[in-house]
Amino acid sequence: MKNFKINHRQVENVHVLELQGELDAHTASKLEDSLKTLIDTNKHSIIVNCRQLEYIASAGLGVFMAYIEDVRDLGGDIKLTNMTEKVYNVFDLLGFPTLYDIFPDEKEAIERFINADK
Amino acid sequence: MKIYASTANLADVRDFVAEHANRFGFSDREVSNIRLAVDEACTNIIKHAYDFDENQTVVITVSFEGNQIRISLLDHGLAFNPDTYSKPDLQKQMIKKKRGGVGVYLIRKLMDEVIYMKTKNGNEIRMYKKRS
Repeated sequence: MKNFKINHRQVENVHVLELQGELDAHTASKLEDSLKTLIDTNKHSIIVNCRQLEYIASAGLGVFMAYIEDVRDLGGDIKLTNMTEKVYNVFDLLGFPTLYDIFPDEKEAIERFINADK
Repeated sequence: MKIYASTANLADVRDFVAEHANRFGFSDREVSNIRLAVDEACTNIIKHAYDFDENQTVVITVSFEGNQIRISLLDHGLAFNPDTYSKPDLQKQMIKKKRGGVGVYLIRKLMDEVIYMKTKNGNEIRMYKKRS
C-alpha cells in the first residue's frame, strides 16, 4: 500500500503500533488488520503512536471507533500518542479527546498502562 | 482531473487539490482542511455512489472565484440525499461499533459552503472555501 506503514513493538506487556504516512479509506484496512491481530491474540494494552502519521481521514478514525469498545470490554484500552498538530486537529474536530486517552508522549501512556496493572 | 473510483487514487486527488490551493495562497492549515474535505467527499462517492465499483469515474474540478476556491466532484452513481444526514454522535457510534457517517459532517465543518446537486451530467458536490 502506498505511503502507509505500521511498525509493531512491545514495551513490557504494552503493544505499540507506530503509524507512518497517510491513513485514509485505502490504507485504513492495514490498521484494522493490525488492531484485530492484537485483539485476537489477547493483547489489549495498545498504544498507537502517531509521531510519523502525516495525515488522517475519517476512515482512519473509524477504525479506532470500531474497536475501542471491544478492547475496553476486555479490560484494555487503545491510547493515542505523539500526534502532530495537524493530525490532532482532525481528532479534535470529531470530539475524540473527550472519549479517548490522548497523550503528547508515548512514555506517559506506557506508565498509565503499567500503573493500572499494579 | 478524472480518476477511476478506487480508494487507491485518493492520495492523488488530495495532492492535486492541495497543489492548487497552495498556489492560490491558502495557509498550510487551510490547505490541510481542503485536502481532508475533498478526500471525504471522494471517499463517500467511491463507497456510497458507486459501491466500490472501480470501473466508474469521478471528475474533480478546481477553480477560483474572487478570493475563494471552488472544488467540484462529479459522479454518475447513486445520488446522496443531504436531507437524510444528521450530525453524528461519536459516543453512540462507539457503542454501536459503527464507523463512518462523519465524512459529511467534516466536509461541512471544514468548508464554507457545500452544495449537492443533481444535474444532467450526474451528481455534483460543490464546495467553497474563502482564503483568509
